[in-house]
Amino acid sequence: MVPAPEVELWFVREVLPLEASLMRFLRSSYRNSGEAADLRQDIYAQLIATAQKQIPDPTKPLVFAIAHNILVDRMRRERVVPMDTISDMEKLGLASEAPPPDRIVIARDELRHLREAIDRLPPRCREVVMMARIEGLAGREIAVRLNLDETTVSRHLKKGMQLLVDSLYGSSPPAGETA
Amino acid sequence: MSGEENTPVEPIGDQAAEWILRRENPGWSDEEQVALDAWLALSPHHLAAYWRLKAGWSRAERLAALKPGGMRPTRTATTKDAWPIIRFAAVACVVLSVAVGGLYSWSIQERVFTTAVGQRASISLSDGSRVELNTNSSIGVRMGFWQRSVSLKHGEAFFDVHHDASRPFSVFAVGHRIVDLGTQFTVQTSGDRLKVTLVQGLARLETVSSAIQHHATDLMPGDVAVATPNSMSVAKVPENTIAEGLAWRQGKLVFNNATLAEAAAEFNRYNSNKLTIEPSIASLRINGIFDAGSIGPFTTMAKFAFGLSIEKRGNEIVMSRKKV
Repeated sequence: MVPAPEVELWFVREVLPLEASLMRFLRSSYRNSGEAADLRQDIYAQLIATAQKQIPDPTKPLVFAIAHNILVDRMRRERVVPMDTISDMEKLGLASEAPPPDRIVIARDELRHLREAIDRLPPRCREVVMMARIEGLAGREIAVRLNLDETTVSRHLKKGMQLLVDSLYGSSPPAGETA
Repeated sequence: MSGEENTPVEPIGDQAAEWILRRENPGWSDEEQVALDAWLALSPHHLAAYWRLKAGWSRAERLAALKPGGMRPTRTATTKDAWPIIRFAAVACVVLSVAVGGLYSWSIQERVFTTAVGQRASISLSDGSRVELNTNSSIGVRMGFWQRSVSLKHGEAFFDVHHDASRPFSVFAVGHRIVDLGTQFTVQTSGDRLKVTLVQGLARLETVSSAIQHHATDLMPGDVAVATPNSMSVAKVPENTIAEGLAWRQGKLVFNNATLAEAAAEFNRYNSNKLTIEPSIASLRINGIFDAGSIGPFTTMAKFAFGLSIEKRGNEIVMSRKKV
Protein backbone atom coordinates (compact mmCIF):
# COMPACT_ATOMS: atom_id res chain seq x y z
CA MET A 1 0.00 0.00 0.00
CA VAL A 2 1.48 3.34 -1.04
CA PRO A 3 1.32 5.85 1.85
CA ALA A 4 -1.39 8.47 1.55
CA PRO A 5 0.88 11.56 1.37
CA GLU A 6 2.64 10.03 -1.61
CA VAL A 7 -0.64 9.28 -3.39
CA GLU A 8 -1.89 12.78 -2.62
CA LEU A 9 1.26 14.36 -3.98
CA TRP A 10 0.99 12.31 -7.14
CA PHE A 11 -2.70 13.19 -7.47
CA VAL A 12 -2.10 16.91 -7.06
CA ARG A 13 0.95 16.99 -9.26
CA GLU A 14 0.12 14.55 -12.04
CA VAL A 15 -3.66 14.21 -12.19
CA LEU A 16 -5.14 17.62 -11.37
CA PRO A 17 -3.19 19.40 -14.11
CA LEU A 18 -4.91 17.09 -16.60
CA GLU A 19 -8.34 18.12 -15.38
CA ALA A 20 -8.99 20.74 -18.03
CA SER A 21 -8.35 18.32 -20.90
CA LEU A 22 -10.16 15.51 -19.11
CA MET A 23 -13.24 17.69 -18.72
CA ARG A 24 -13.10 18.76 -22.36
CA PHE A 25 -12.97 15.10 -23.28
CA LEU A 26 -15.91 14.19 -21.04
CA ARG A 27 -18.09 17.08 -22.21
CA SER A 28 -17.49 16.36 -25.85
CA SER A 29 -17.94 12.60 -25.51
CA TYR A 30 -20.93 12.35 -23.28
CA ARG A 31 -24.33 13.54 -24.30
CA ASN A 32 -25.25 14.64 -20.88
CA SER A 33 -22.41 17.06 -20.30
CA GLY A 34 -23.99 18.25 -17.05
CA GLU A 35 -22.81 15.00 -15.55
CA ALA A 36 -19.19 15.55 -16.41
CA ALA A 37 -18.29 16.50 -12.83
CA ASP A 38 -19.96 13.35 -11.61
CA LEU A 39 -17.96 11.23 -14.05
CA ARG A 40 -14.78 13.05 -13.11
CA GLN A 41 -15.35 12.14 -9.49
CA ASP A 42 -15.69 8.44 -10.41
CA ILE A 43 -12.57 8.60 -12.54
CA TYR A 44 -10.54 10.21 -9.77
CA ALA A 45 -11.72 7.67 -7.24
CA GLN A 46 -10.69 4.82 -9.49
CA LEU A 47 -7.33 6.44 -10.20
CA ILE A 48 -6.65 6.86 -6.51
CA ALA A 49 -7.63 3.27 -5.77
CA THR A 50 -5.11 2.21 -8.44
CA ALA A 51 -2.37 4.51 -7.16
CA GLN A 52 -2.81 3.21 -3.63
CA LYS A 53 -1.49 -0.12 -4.89
CA GLN A 54 1.18 1.40 -7.07
CA ILE A 55 1.79 4.92 -8.36
CA PRO A 56 1.21 4.71 -12.12
CA ASP A 57 3.84 6.03 -14.45
CA PRO A 58 3.09 7.57 -16.89
CA THR A 59 -0.16 8.96 -15.54
CA LYS A 60 -1.88 10.49 -18.53
CA PRO A 61 -2.68 7.35 -20.54
CA LEU A 62 -4.16 5.76 -17.44
CA VAL A 63 -6.36 8.78 -16.75
CA PHE A 64 -7.84 8.58 -20.22
CA ALA A 65 -8.07 4.80 -20.22
CA ILE A 66 -10.08 4.89 -17.01
CA ALA A 67 -12.19 7.76 -18.36
CA HIS A 68 -12.87 5.70 -21.46
CA ASN A 69 -13.88 2.62 -19.48
CA ILE A 70 -16.16 4.56 -17.20
CA LEU A 71 -17.81 6.24 -20.17
CA VAL A 72 -18.32 2.96 -22.01
CA ASP A 73 -19.77 1.52 -18.87
CA ARG A 74 -22.24 4.34 -18.44
CA MET A 75 -23.25 4.27 -22.05
CA ARG A 76 -23.80 0.55 -21.94
CA ARG A 77 -26.09 0.99 -19.01
CA GLU A 78 -28.01 3.68 -20.80
CA ARG A 79 -28.20 1.69 -24.05
CA VAL A 80 -28.86 4.80 -26.10
CA VAL A 81 -25.53 5.88 -27.40
CA PRO A 82 -24.47 4.69 -30.83
CA MET A 83 -21.08 3.01 -30.86
CA ASP A 84 -19.51 5.54 -33.22
CA THR A 85 -19.52 8.08 -30.40
CA ILE A 86 -17.06 5.86 -28.64
CA SER A 87 -14.62 5.71 -31.51
CA ASP A 88 -14.80 9.50 -31.77
CA MET A 89 -13.99 9.98 -28.19
CA GLU A 90 -11.00 7.72 -28.41
CA LYS A 91 -9.53 10.08 -30.94
CA LEU A 92 -10.45 13.08 -28.88
CA GLY A 93 -9.15 11.98 -25.56
CA LEU A 94 -5.82 10.61 -26.55
CA ALA A 95 -5.06 13.41 -28.92
CA SER A 96 -5.91 16.15 -26.48
CA GLU A 97 -2.88 18.02 -25.33
CA ALA A 98 -2.25 18.19 -21.61
CA PRO A 99 -1.50 21.61 -20.17
CA PRO A 100 1.99 21.99 -18.75
CA PRO A 101 2.37 20.40 -15.33
CA ASP A 102 0.94 22.47 -12.58
CA ARG A 103 3.76 24.18 -10.75
CA ILE A 104 3.29 25.91 -7.50
CA VAL A 105 5.18 29.11 -7.82
CA ILE A 106 4.03 32.51 -6.77
CA ALA A 107 3.99 34.25 -10.07
CA ARG A 108 2.03 37.06 -11.56
CA ASP A 109 0.28 34.52 -13.77
CA GLU A 110 -0.91 32.57 -10.80
CA LEU A 111 -2.23 35.68 -9.13
CA ARG A 112 -3.99 36.79 -12.28
CA HIS A 113 -5.48 33.34 -12.62
CA LEU A 114 -6.70 33.43 -9.04
CA ARG A 115 -8.09 36.90 -9.43
CA GLU A 116 -10.03 35.83 -12.53
CA ALA A 117 -11.29 32.72 -10.79
CA ILE A 118 -12.54 34.81 -7.90
CA ASP A 119 -14.16 37.31 -10.23
CA ARG A 120 -16.13 34.51 -11.87
CA LEU A 121 -17.85 33.55 -8.60
CA PRO A 122 -21.47 34.63 -8.01
CA PRO A 123 -21.45 37.93 -6.06
CA ARG A 124 -22.45 36.61 -2.62
CA CYS A 125 -20.05 33.65 -2.88
CA ARG A 126 -17.28 35.95 -3.95
CA GLU A 127 -17.80 38.28 -1.05
CA VAL A 128 -17.76 35.44 1.46
CA VAL A 129 -14.77 33.71 -0.12
CA MET A 130 -12.76 36.90 -0.16
CA MET A 131 -13.53 37.64 3.46
CA ALA A 132 -12.48 34.13 4.42
CA ARG A 133 -9.47 33.80 2.18
CA ILE A 134 -8.03 37.27 1.98
CA GLU A 135 -9.05 38.82 5.25
CA GLY A 136 -8.84 35.52 7.09
CA LEU A 137 -12.15 35.94 8.87
CA ALA A 138 -13.96 33.04 10.52
CA GLY A 139 -17.47 32.03 9.44
CA ARG A 140 -18.92 33.58 12.58
CA GLU A 141 -17.26 36.93 11.92
CA ILE A 142 -18.39 36.94 8.31
CA ALA A 143 -21.93 36.18 9.44
CA VAL A 144 -21.90 39.18 11.78
CA ARG A 145 -20.49 41.51 9.16
CA LEU A 146 -22.93 40.52 6.45
CA ASN A 147 -25.83 40.05 8.80
CA LEU A 148 -26.38 36.47 7.66
CA ASP A 149 -26.68 33.34 9.75
CA GLU A 150 -23.67 31.08 10.03
CA THR A 151 -25.26 28.22 8.12
CA THR A 152 -25.78 30.50 5.14
CA VAL A 153 -22.19 31.71 5.29
CA SER A 154 -20.95 28.15 5.48
CA ARG A 155 -23.10 27.20 2.48
CA HIS A 156 -21.71 30.09 0.43
CA LEU A 157 -18.18 29.22 1.46
CA LYS A 158 -18.52 25.57 0.53
CA LYS A 159 -20.07 26.43 -2.81
CA GLY A 160 -17.55 29.18 -3.44
CA MET A 161 -14.62 26.90 -2.66
CA GLN A 162 -15.84 24.29 -5.14
CA LEU A 163 -16.52 26.80 -7.90
CA LEU A 164 -13.16 28.44 -7.33
CA VAL A 165 -11.32 25.14 -7.51
CA ASP A 166 -13.28 24.12 -10.63
CA SER A 167 -12.20 27.32 -12.22
CA LEU A 168 -8.56 26.99 -11.13
CA TYR A 169 -8.26 23.51 -12.58
CA GLY A 170 -10.12 24.47 -15.72
CA SER A 171 -13.18 22.37 -14.97
CA SER A 172 -15.76 25.10 -15.41
CA PRO A 173 -17.74 24.83 -18.61
CA PRO A 174 -16.89 27.40 -21.23
CA ALA A 175 -18.90 30.61 -21.07
CA GLY A 176 -22.43 30.25 -22.36
CA GLU A 177 -22.76 26.63 -21.40
CA THR A 178 -24.59 25.76 -18.24
CA ALA A 179 -23.46 22.89 -16.11
CA MET B 1 -29.57 10.93 -13.29
CA SER B 2 -27.89 7.87 -14.71
CA GLY B 3 -29.66 5.23 -12.69
CA GLU B 4 -27.13 5.30 -9.90
CA GLU B 5 -28.51 5.44 -6.42
CA ASN B 6 -28.36 8.82 -4.85
CA THR B 7 -27.67 8.81 -1.16
CA PRO B 8 -29.70 11.37 0.77
CA VAL B 9 -26.61 12.85 2.43
CA GLU B 10 -24.72 15.98 1.45
CA PRO B 11 -22.79 15.64 -1.82
CA ILE B 12 -19.20 14.51 -1.30
CA GLY B 13 -17.86 17.83 -2.58
CA ASP B 14 -19.76 19.71 0.13
CA GLN B 15 -18.58 17.31 2.78
CA ALA B 16 -14.98 17.68 1.65
CA ALA B 17 -15.34 21.48 1.60
CA GLU B 18 -16.71 21.37 5.11
CA TRP B 19 -13.72 19.38 6.38
CA ILE B 20 -11.32 21.79 4.76
CA LEU B 21 -13.00 24.81 6.31
CA ARG B 22 -13.14 23.16 9.68
CA ARG B 23 -9.49 22.19 9.53
CA GLU B 24 -8.56 25.85 9.15
CA ASN B 25 -10.08 26.70 12.49
CA PRO B 26 -7.44 27.38 15.10
CA GLY B 27 -9.38 25.04 17.41
CA TRP B 28 -8.71 22.04 15.13
CA SER B 29 -7.94 19.19 17.47
CA ASP B 30 -6.32 15.78 17.29
CA GLU B 31 -9.76 14.27 17.75
CA GLU B 32 -11.05 16.08 14.70
CA GLN B 33 -8.00 14.93 12.74
CA VAL B 34 -8.84 11.35 13.66
CA ALA B 35 -12.42 11.88 12.50
CA LEU B 36 -11.20 13.37 9.23
CA ASP B 37 -8.78 10.48 8.67
CA ALA B 38 -11.63 8.06 9.30
CA TRP B 39 -13.85 9.84 6.78
CA LEU B 40 -11.07 9.83 4.19
CA ALA B 41 -10.42 6.13 4.75
CA LEU B 42 -14.04 5.34 3.90
CA SER B 43 -13.69 5.76 0.16
CA PRO B 44 -11.34 6.92 -2.58
CA HIS B 45 -14.20 9.22 -3.61
CA HIS B 46 -13.66 11.07 -0.37
CA LEU B 47 -9.91 11.22 -0.93
CA ALA B 48 -10.38 12.51 -4.46
CA ALA B 49 -12.79 15.27 -3.48
CA TYR B 50 -10.81 16.29 -0.44
CA TRP B 51 -7.35 16.34 -2.06
CA ARG B 52 -8.64 18.22 -5.07
CA LEU B 53 -10.36 20.95 -3.07
CA LYS B 54 -7.48 21.17 -0.62
CA ALA B 55 -4.96 21.67 -3.41
CA GLY B 56 -7.07 24.32 -5.14
CA TRP B 57 -8.03 26.09 -1.94
CA SER B 58 -4.43 26.29 -0.80
CA ARG B 59 -3.56 27.90 -4.13
CA ALA B 60 -6.12 30.56 -3.30
CA GLU B 61 -4.41 31.01 0.03
CA ARG B 62 -1.47 32.50 -1.79
CA LEU B 63 -3.56 35.55 -2.47
CA ALA B 64 -3.80 36.20 1.24
CA ALA B 65 -0.09 35.71 1.75
CA LEU B 66 0.59 38.61 -0.57
CA LYS B 67 -1.98 40.96 0.89
CA PRO B 68 -0.73 43.39 3.49
CA GLY B 69 -2.30 42.49 6.80
CA GLY B 70 -3.32 39.12 5.45
CA MET B 71 -2.62 37.57 8.81
CA ARG B 72 -5.42 35.51 10.22
CA PRO B 73 -6.72 37.14 13.37
CA THR B 74 -6.75 34.96 16.44
CA ARG B 75 -10.10 33.54 17.19
CA THR B 76 -11.84 32.55 20.34
CA ALA B 77 -12.17 28.90 21.21
CA THR B 78 -15.92 29.00 20.69
CA THR B 79 -15.69 27.87 17.07
CA LYS B 80 -14.56 24.53 18.39
CA ASP B 81 -17.87 23.95 20.09
CA ALA B 82 -19.82 24.07 16.87
CA TRP B 83 -19.19 20.37 16.24
CA PRO B 84 -20.15 18.51 19.40
CA ILE B 85 -21.34 15.36 17.64
CA ILE B 86 -18.29 14.93 15.48
CA ARG B 87 -16.07 15.57 18.41
CA PHE B 88 -17.86 12.98 20.44
CA ALA B 89 -17.41 10.39 17.72
CA ALA B 90 -13.82 11.42 17.28
CA VAL B 91 -13.04 10.98 20.95
CA ALA B 92 -14.06 7.36 20.72
CA CYS B 93 -11.63 6.87 17.84
CA VAL B 94 -8.80 8.69 19.48
CA VAL B 95 -8.93 6.54 22.60
CA LEU B 96 -8.08 3.56 20.46
CA SER B 97 -5.30 5.26 18.57
CA VAL B 98 -3.75 6.62 21.74
CA ALA B 99 -3.73 3.15 23.20
CA VAL B 100 -1.80 1.85 20.21
CA GLY B 101 0.22 4.81 19.01
CA GLY B 102 0.76 6.60 22.28
CA LEU B 103 2.52 3.85 24.13
CA TYR B 104 4.82 3.38 21.26
CA SER B 105 5.95 6.95 20.74
CA TRP B 106 6.63 7.42 24.44
CA SER B 107 9.04 4.57 24.41
CA ILE B 108 11.28 6.14 21.76
CA GLN B 109 13.98 8.20 23.27
CA GLU B 110 15.03 11.44 21.69
CA ARG B 111 18.72 11.79 20.95
CA VAL B 112 20.01 15.33 20.74
CA PHE B 113 22.92 16.52 18.59
CA THR B 114 24.30 20.02 18.95
CA THR B 115 27.09 22.03 17.34
CA ALA B 116 28.78 25.07 18.85
CA VAL B 117 29.56 28.24 16.90
CA GLY B 118 32.06 27.36 14.17
CA GLN B 119 31.47 23.62 14.47
CA ARG B 120 29.94 21.31 11.91
CA ALA B 121 28.85 17.73 12.38
CA SER B 122 27.81 14.85 10.17
CA ILE B 123 25.45 12.34 11.73
CA SER B 124 24.65 8.97 10.23
CA LEU B 125 21.29 7.68 11.34
CA SER B 126 20.48 4.01 11.80
CA ASP B 127 18.18 3.99 8.75
CA GLY B 128 20.94 5.04 6.37
CA SER B 129 19.93 8.71 6.31
CA ARG B 130 22.49 11.39 6.95
CA VAL B 131 22.19 14.76 8.62
CA GLU B 132 24.82 17.46 8.41
CA LEU B 133 24.60 20.11 11.06
CA ASN B 134 25.84 23.60 10.38
CA THR B 135 27.31 25.96 12.95
CA ASN B 136 25.39 26.68 16.15
CA SER B 137 22.60 24.19 15.46
CA SER B 138 20.73 21.54 17.35
CA ILE B 139 18.47 18.63 16.39
CA GLY B 140 16.54 15.98 18.29
CA VAL B 141 16.18 12.62 16.56
CA ARG B 142 13.54 9.95 17.17
CA MET B 143 13.77 6.83 15.07
CA GLY B 144 10.53 4.95 15.54
CA PHE B 145 9.33 1.77 13.97
CA TRP B 146 6.49 3.56 12.17
CA GLN B 147 8.03 6.92 11.63
CA ARG B 148 11.24 8.85 11.80
CA SER B 149 11.23 12.37 13.06
CA VAL B 150 13.82 15.05 13.56
CA SER B 151 13.14 18.34 15.25
CA LEU B 152 15.38 21.22 14.31
CA LYS B 153 15.62 23.17 17.53
CA HIS B 154 17.73 25.94 16.08
CA GLY B 155 20.20 26.58 13.29
CA GLU B 156 20.54 24.82 9.96
CA ALA B 157 20.76 21.23 8.80
CA PHE B 158 21.11 19.36 5.54
CA PHE B 159 19.15 16.12 5.20
CA ASP B 160 19.92 13.26 2.88
CA VAL B 161 17.04 10.96 3.55
CA HIS B 162 17.00 7.26 2.90
CA HIS B 163 13.50 6.85 1.54
CA ASP B 164 11.32 4.28 3.21
CA ALA B 165 7.67 4.59 2.26
CA SER B 166 6.53 2.58 5.25
CA ARG B 167 8.36 4.83 7.67
CA PRO B 168 7.89 8.50 6.76
CA PHE B 169 10.66 10.91 7.62
CA SER B 170 9.50 14.26 9.00
CA VAL B 171 11.44 17.31 10.04
CA PHE B 172 9.75 19.66 12.50
CA ALA B 173 10.84 23.29 12.78
CA VAL B 174 9.14 26.43 14.08
CA GLY B 175 5.59 25.17 13.77
CA HIS B 176 6.07 23.47 10.41
CA ARG B 177 6.71 19.98 9.19
CA ILE B 178 8.63 18.89 6.14
CA VAL B 179 7.65 15.43 4.98
CA ASP B 180 10.19 13.68 2.86
CA LEU B 181 9.41 11.59 -0.17
CA GLY B 182 12.99 10.56 -0.95
CA THR B 183 14.86 13.76 -0.68
CA GLN B 184 17.86 15.96 -0.04
CA PHE B 185 16.98 19.27 1.50
CA THR B 186 18.18 21.89 3.95
CA VAL B 187 16.21 23.50 6.70
CA GLN B 188 17.26 26.74 8.29
CA THR B 189 15.59 28.61 11.10
CA SER B 190 16.18 32.12 12.25
CA GLY B 191 13.77 33.27 14.93
CA ASP B 192 10.31 32.23 13.72
CA ARG B 193 11.36 32.31 10.09
CA LEU B 194 11.86 29.01 8.34
CA LYS B 195 13.68 28.44 5.08
CA VAL B 196 13.59 25.12 3.25
CA THR B 197 15.66 24.44 0.16
CA LEU B 198 14.88 21.33 -1.81
CA VAL B 199 17.94 19.89 -3.56
CA GLN B 200 16.60 16.59 -4.83
CA GLY B 201 13.41 14.55 -4.78
CA LEU B 202 10.07 15.65 -3.43
CA ALA B 203 8.89 16.96 -0.10
CA ARG B 204 5.94 18.66 1.41
CA LEU B 205 6.08 21.62 3.75
CA GLU B 206 3.09 22.21 5.99
CA THR B 207 2.03 23.92 9.16
CA VAL B 208 1.59 21.75 12.21
CA SER B 209 1.08 24.38 14.86
CA SER B 210 -2.43 25.69 15.23
CA ALA B 211 -1.01 28.93 16.60
CA ILE B 212 0.03 30.11 13.16
CA GLN B 213 -1.78 30.51 9.88
CA HIS B 214 -2.25 27.23 8.10
CA HIS B 215 -0.36 26.77 4.89
CA ALA B 216 1.08 23.90 2.93
CA THR B 217 3.01 23.47 -0.25
CA ASP B 218 4.78 20.79 -2.23
CA LEU B 219 8.41 21.33 -3.03
CA MET B 220 10.34 20.26 -6.08
CA PRO B 221 14.07 20.46 -6.75
CA GLY B 222 15.25 24.05 -6.89
CA ASP B 223 12.39 25.34 -4.75
CA VAL B 224 13.20 27.58 -1.83
CA ALA B 225 10.31 28.08 0.57
CA VAL B 226 10.31 30.74 3.22
CA ALA B 227 7.66 30.51 5.92
CA THR B 228 6.85 32.83 8.77
CA PRO B 229 3.89 32.55 11.15
CA ASN B 230 1.69 34.45 8.71
CA SER B 231 3.08 33.95 5.26
CA MET B 232 4.73 31.50 2.95
CA SER B 233 6.41 32.01 -0.36
CA VAL B 234 8.04 29.63 -2.78
CA ALA B 235 10.60 30.68 -5.34
CA LYS B 236 12.56 28.71 -7.86
CA VAL B 237 16.28 29.38 -7.75
CA PRO B 238 19.00 28.33 -10.19
CA GLU B 239 21.08 25.25 -9.44
CA ASN B 240 24.29 27.17 -8.81
CA THR B 241 22.59 29.36 -6.22
CA ILE B 242 21.51 26.23 -4.40
CA ALA B 243 25.03 24.84 -4.57
CA GLU B 244 26.39 28.09 -3.14
CA GLY B 245 23.91 27.89 -0.31
CA LEU B 246 25.18 24.41 0.47
CA ALA B 247 28.87 25.32 0.44
CA TRP B 248 28.85 25.29 4.25
CA ARG B 249 28.89 21.52 4.04
CA GLN B 250 32.47 21.88 2.85
CA GLY B 251 33.12 24.60 5.39
CA LYS B 252 32.92 27.29 2.71
CA LEU B 253 30.97 30.47 2.29
CA VAL B 254 30.19 31.55 -1.24
CA PHE B 255 29.23 35.13 -1.96
CA ASN B 256 27.82 36.17 -5.25
CA ASN B 257 27.15 39.86 -5.41
CA ALA B 258 26.49 39.89 -1.66
CA THR B 259 26.68 43.07 0.39
CA LEU B 260 29.37 43.41 3.05
CA ALA B 261 26.60 43.40 5.65
CA GLU B 262 25.22 40.10 4.36
CA ALA B 263 28.68 38.57 4.22
CA ALA B 264 29.46 39.72 7.75
CA ALA B 265 26.19 38.23 9.01
CA GLU B 266 27.20 34.91 7.44
CA PHE B 267 30.70 34.96 8.96
CA ASN B 268 29.22 35.81 12.33
CA ARG B 269 27.21 32.60 12.31
CA TYR B 270 30.47 30.65 12.26
CA ASN B 271 32.88 32.62 14.40
CA SER B 272 33.09 33.84 17.95
CA ASN B 273 34.93 36.97 16.77
CA LYS B 274 32.16 39.11 15.33
CA LEU B 275 32.45 41.34 12.32
CA THR B 276 30.88 44.78 12.51
CA ILE B 277 30.43 46.78 9.33
CA GLU B 278 30.07 50.52 9.49
CA PRO B 279 26.70 51.53 7.95
CA SER B 280 28.29 53.74 5.27
CA ILE B 281 30.02 50.74 3.66
CA ALA B 282 27.40 48.06 4.41
CA SER B 283 26.04 48.02 0.88
CA LEU B 284 29.36 47.50 -0.93
CA ARG B 285 29.15 44.27 -2.93
CA ILE B 286 31.58 41.40 -3.07
CA ASN B 287 32.09 38.02 -4.72
CA GLY B 288 34.25 35.18 -3.54
CA ILE B 289 34.67 31.88 -1.77
CA PHE B 290 35.98 31.86 1.79
CA ASP B 291 36.60 29.43 4.60
CA ALA B 292 33.72 29.96 6.98
CA GLY B 293 35.96 29.61 9.99
CA SER B 294 38.60 32.21 9.20
CA ILE B 295 37.70 35.85 8.94
CA GLY B 296 41.27 36.97 8.11
CA PRO B 297 41.30 36.40 4.34
CA PHE B 298 37.93 38.10 4.03
CA THR B 299 38.91 41.24 5.91
CA THR B 300 42.21 41.38 4.04
CA MET B 301 40.44 41.19 0.70
CA ALA B 302 37.93 43.86 1.68
CA LYS B 303 40.73 46.03 2.99
CA PHE B 304 42.56 46.01 -0.32
CA ALA B 305 39.56 45.94 -2.61
CA PHE B 306 37.77 48.84 -1.02
CA GLY B 307 40.53 50.54 0.92
CA LEU B 308 38.86 49.88 4.26
CA SER B 309 40.36 50.02 7.68
CA ILE B 310 40.14 46.99 9.96
CA GLU B 311 40.25 47.43 13.68
CA LYS B 312 40.11 44.72 16.35
CA ARG B 313 38.40 45.58 19.62
CA GLY B 314 38.25 42.53 21.90
CA ASN B 315 35.90 40.05 20.21
CA GLU B 316 34.80 42.58 17.68
CA ILE B 317 36.36 43.29 14.30
CA VAL B 318 35.22 46.64 12.95
CA MET B 319 35.42 47.44 9.26
CA SER B 320 35.13 51.08 8.34
CA ARG B 321 36.20 53.60 5.72
CA LYS B 322 39.84 54.50 6.00
CA LYS B 323 40.33 57.74 7.83
CA VAL B 324 42.54 60.07 5.87
